[in-house]
Amino acid sequence: AGLPGRGVAATGDALEPNSYEDITSYNNFYEFGTDKGDPVKYAGALTTEPWSVEIDGMVERPGRYDFADIMAQMTVEERIYRLRCVEAWSMVVPWQGFELADLLNWVGVRPEAKYVAFETLYRPEEMRAQRRGGGIDWPYREGLRLDEAMHPLTIMATGLYGKPMPNQNGAPIRLVVPWKYGFKSIKSVVKITLTDSEPETTWNMLQPSEYGFYANVNPNVDHPRWSQARERVVGGGLFASKQPTLMFNGYEDDVAALYEGMDLERFY
Amino acid sequence: MRAVAAFNRAVRLVPPHIIYAAGFLHIAWLFWQGQTGGLGPEPINALERALGETGLKFIIAGLAVTPLLRLARVNLMRFRRALGLTAFLYISVHLLVWLVLDIGLWSEIWADIVKRPYITVGMAGFILLVPLAVTSTDGAMRRMGVAAWRRLHRLVYLAAVLGAVHFVMIGKTWALEPLVYLGAILTLLALRAGRLVSRGRGNAGDSRIRTDSFPG
Repeated sequence: AGLPGRGVAATGDALEPNSYEDITSYNNFYEFGTDKGDPVKYAGALTTEPWSVEIDGMVERPGRYDFADIMAQMTVEERIYRLRCVEAWSMVVPWQGFELADLLNWVGVRPEAKYVAFETLYRPEEMRAQRRGGGIDWPYREGLRLDEAMHPLTIMATGLYGKPMPNQNGAPIRLVVPWKYGFKSIKSVVKITLTDSEPETTWNMLQPSEYGFYANVNPNVDHPRWSQARERVVGGGLFASKQPTLMFNGYEDDVAALYEGMDLERFY
Repeated sequence: MRAVAAFNRAVRLVPPHIIYAAGFLHIAWLFWQGQTGGLGPEPINALERALGETGLKFIIAGLAVTPLLRLARVNLMRFRRALGLTAFLYISVHLLVWLVLDIGLWSEIWADIVKRPYITVGMAGFILLVPLAVTSTDGAMRRMGVAAWRRLHRLVYLAAVLGAVHFVMIGKTWALEPLVYLGAILTLLALRAGRLVSRGRGNAGDSRIRTDSFPG
């Protein structure tokens, strides 16, 4: 399956990707520190070979899958997506990756599965902020409803700008869900679990009143501490003004049907 | 003690105006860095943060002057006005960057001030600093009278706490750095609390070092 260039199709106008420099030097990856510059400084300590992803729970063929074996099965394509952080900044990233649906279909999803839970690597000797705790109950956890996970826009990304995924961006394999706030797109994934109950997610555990399970980009529902109506485009310099945030980050036509009938103020 | 006396003598040769000059140059340099990529791909937030943090550092330096004199006999009293006004300069520019470069829409500015507690707290801290900056001249002190001037300038204690709380409230998690600022400010205030209590009981006479007409 493939919907190449969804970044274009979703908005009708071509997206101008941020520079490789911007994308790889301004990151949130709390395992390496809370400052935007920490990941590029400290993620070099992470070893990504060998790497495997454990896929378990309600699947036909559970197991520990070697990264190379997964890649041999998947068709990698480029997807130019907007990335909107919950902190009200945004970028455009040319990812390489494959649809999560392809991976899930390959291992076989059992009919009783309703959600997909993800975990980031826990390796404090290489991820310096995990040694200090920092108030987060490691490992970092995220989750999607199964229909969100199977949506053709949802990818597992393994590179950007035609290069292997840089460590600070979540090497070697990370989730990208372009219509949700960036924190949903969990990095350096080591575990994927199919389950029938809504999984716990890190930011929701930390601050449930500010970060919901869904975390869909929505200009009409403010973060309690700041407005989500507009966003600062990274790389615009000192005098660039903010731009309006789009419903579902510009992917409304593709994904609004997933949430039909849901009160998005309640399920934020 | 001889080292302290020598230090106090040496420091008397340094004109306080150097502090203003350093502040202006540093702020100009920050803007230059922001414009030329030195503050990273998202310079507005980095600039706001650098200005706010440096403002807090100057507030802390100003609050440290009296305890340093009392406890270590290090006399930096002649720099205190410059420290306070430079803090006010940084915090004013911090606020301006937020108003003009960050938010930019007047409708949103007011909504943010009343709706977002961390901004309410930060604004309250700034507003408390305005009368202190306005009355920072020798003339203002004379006109007000020393006692009233000292009372007014105790507002800096509250402004400092509000500034640090504002910083703590911005983070998504409990970050260490803002807590260090808050801790430093609370420590400097605690060093005064005991004296204020004993002075309240009428023991002002046992103050061994006069601090001239400046507030404790």
